[in-house]
Amino acid sequence: MTAAVIRIEDLATRFGETWIHNGLNLEIAAGELVSLVGGSGSGKTTLLRQVIGLLLPTRGRIELFGQPLFGGGIARERALRQRFGVLFQHGALFSAFNVFDNIAFPLRELKRYDEDAIHDLVMLKLSMVELLPRHGRLMPAELSGGMVKRVALARALALEPELLLLDEPTAGLDPDRSDSFVRLIRMLSEELGLTVMLVTHDLDTLAALSTRVAVLAEQRILAYGAVDEIMQIDHPFIRNFFLSERSVRALQNVAHAPL
Amino acid sequence: MSAARIELTEQPGGRLARLSGRWTLATTSQCAAELVARLDEAARAESTWDCSALEAIDSAGAMLLWRAWGRTFPELLLIRPEHRRVFERIDLADHEPRAVQVPLSPLQGVMVIGAASIGVVRHLVDFVAMIGQFAIDLLHLIRVPADMPWREISANLYKSGVRAMPVTALVGFLIGVVLSYLSALQLKQFGADIFIVNIIGLGIVRELGPVLVAILVAGRSGSAMTAQLGVMRVTEEIDALSTMGVQRGLRLIFPKVAALTLALPLLVLWSTAIALAGGMVSAQVQLDISYGFFFQTLPRVVPVANLWIGLAKGAVFGMFIALVACHFGLRVRPNTESLSSNTTASVVTAITVVIILDAIFAIATRSIGLPG
Repeated sequence: MTAAVIRIEDLATRFGETWIHNGLNLEIAAGELVSLVGGSGSGKTTLLRQVIGLLLPTRGRIELFGQPLFGGGIARERALRQRFGVLFQHGALFSAFNVFDNIAFPLRELKRYDEDAIHDLVMLKLSMVELLPRHGRLMPAELSGGMVKRVALARALALEPELLLLDEPTAGLDPDRSDSFVRLIRMLSEELGLTVMLVTHDLDTLAALSTRVAVLAEQRILAYGAVDEIMQIDHPFIRNFFLSERSVRALQNVAHAPL
Repeated sequence: MSAARIELTEQPGGRLARLSGRWTLATTSQCAAELVARLDEAARAESTWDCSALEAIDSAGAMLLWRAWGRTFPELLLIRPEHRRVFERIDLADHEPRAVQVPLSPLQGVMVIGAASIGVVRHLVDFVAMIGQFAIDLLHLIRVPADMPWREISANLYKSGVRAMPVTALVGFLIGVVLSYLSALQLKQFGADIFIVNIIGLGIVRELGPVLVAILVAGRSGSAMTAQLGVMRVTEEIDALSTMGVQRGLRLIFPKVAALTLALPLLVLWSTAIALAGGMVSAQVQLDISYGFFFQTLPRVVPVANLWIGLAKGAVFGMFIALVACHFGLRVRPNTESLSSNTTASVVTAITVVIILDAIFAIATRSIGLPG
């Protein structure tokens, strides 16, 4: 059995007086594409931020690739963080850098490549996310919403990560762009053998991307399994989320559409 | 567009209020007082209400009627069903439970003071943690010099050092002129003209130069640093950095603090020199003290220790201005109000800290560098 890429054990989070998570467990195996769904305010993004080490849980353990996120010195922490890439909801591109420098930034941080090699690698990443070399000179403020996400994806992939974390990858994109972005993520994850964890509200994205779904409700992972398995579960949130008229339509569309 | 109209007619069996025209925000807002008076008159007489001739009514117009009716439907009302729905919606909203207002605790005053004190303590704890992080980063860089963020340091040196040269020169020169002019007026009365060199030399080198430059830089670079970090927080750029394994302390805070610690003493030297030049010009014009005499006397009456004190002050002020700016920058929450209030707090705190540090310096160095 392959080791879990993400292992969350008995996690609890408290904001003020409210418990967001309590006794939350989740294990994501290598190669899975896992969608994390849940109602608004159920703590999906909070969980994602805890996994990437931006927030500390009140209690519990989080391990990536079998290692804790913190401790063991700057070099070890940095090495661990280079094994995963994050796509933030709004891209979080460095607004002072142009597209090229944004993608080159993590590579330059490594200090192992010369500028020529970095140039080649950045161009490769640009073409991977279906952008043209001339787009490299644009500043983030000049990009459309869809391009920002593509550039951010290219930056997240710059260090050849094994794990990709996506926060609402299709939020704010029109249906057409969101479809093509989902196709891109799916293609890249198959090509590069990525493990993916994404937070989403969008059923089209979920149905098209994920091999498994983790439902976050009642402060824990209520259910974890393939989409069909999840849909069998009788729980008010799951009923509302998956079995509404709109959702059924979305899931059917995907079942028929070839990717 | 027809205005809102109301006609009151007497008829057997009571009064009739006939509403017509458009009862909308646009038409009723100009003559609201007048309409309300007529509606009240009709309501007092318990009229029959005929609204069937209404062309349009929106919630603002309906609210006028609803209030005249005493927040309920009148007994005799003729209205079209689509207009009736507007009133039904208002009726429904009336029956929503009111938001409960939490009663003010009698200890409210104490709680406000308590919350403020906790806030101050939290600021202090965070600030000490930031100084600690800076020390840790410094140790790390001594051990691993390859991690030194040279580019960021040089960029910050340019932005907060080189670019501040014109304004510090201008302010320094003018202060030198003014100080010299005012002192000259007094000294002339006592015939103590030559002491102008002592006053200007000591005052500017030891005190005015460092403090003036620090206040200018706190307003200029301190606010810029806070705003930059704040916006980077809002756009999640700082989060993106830390997920890439880049230490924000090492990459964002260390270069700012290091650059300002270096730049401020240099600016102090620069602006002190120009202020002395300004004083010299003014002394020559006012008291006829030649430049040569000024140059000769200055090193004799102002011991060189004063210059070292001034430069040391500059370095310490620079370090604290940058630390305060970074501290407030990292506290910015993702909203515009938070950005502006933190920038203001950053500048005010930095200037206050500079004055406090200056007082500490004055006490600690009271026996150094003063003649006599």
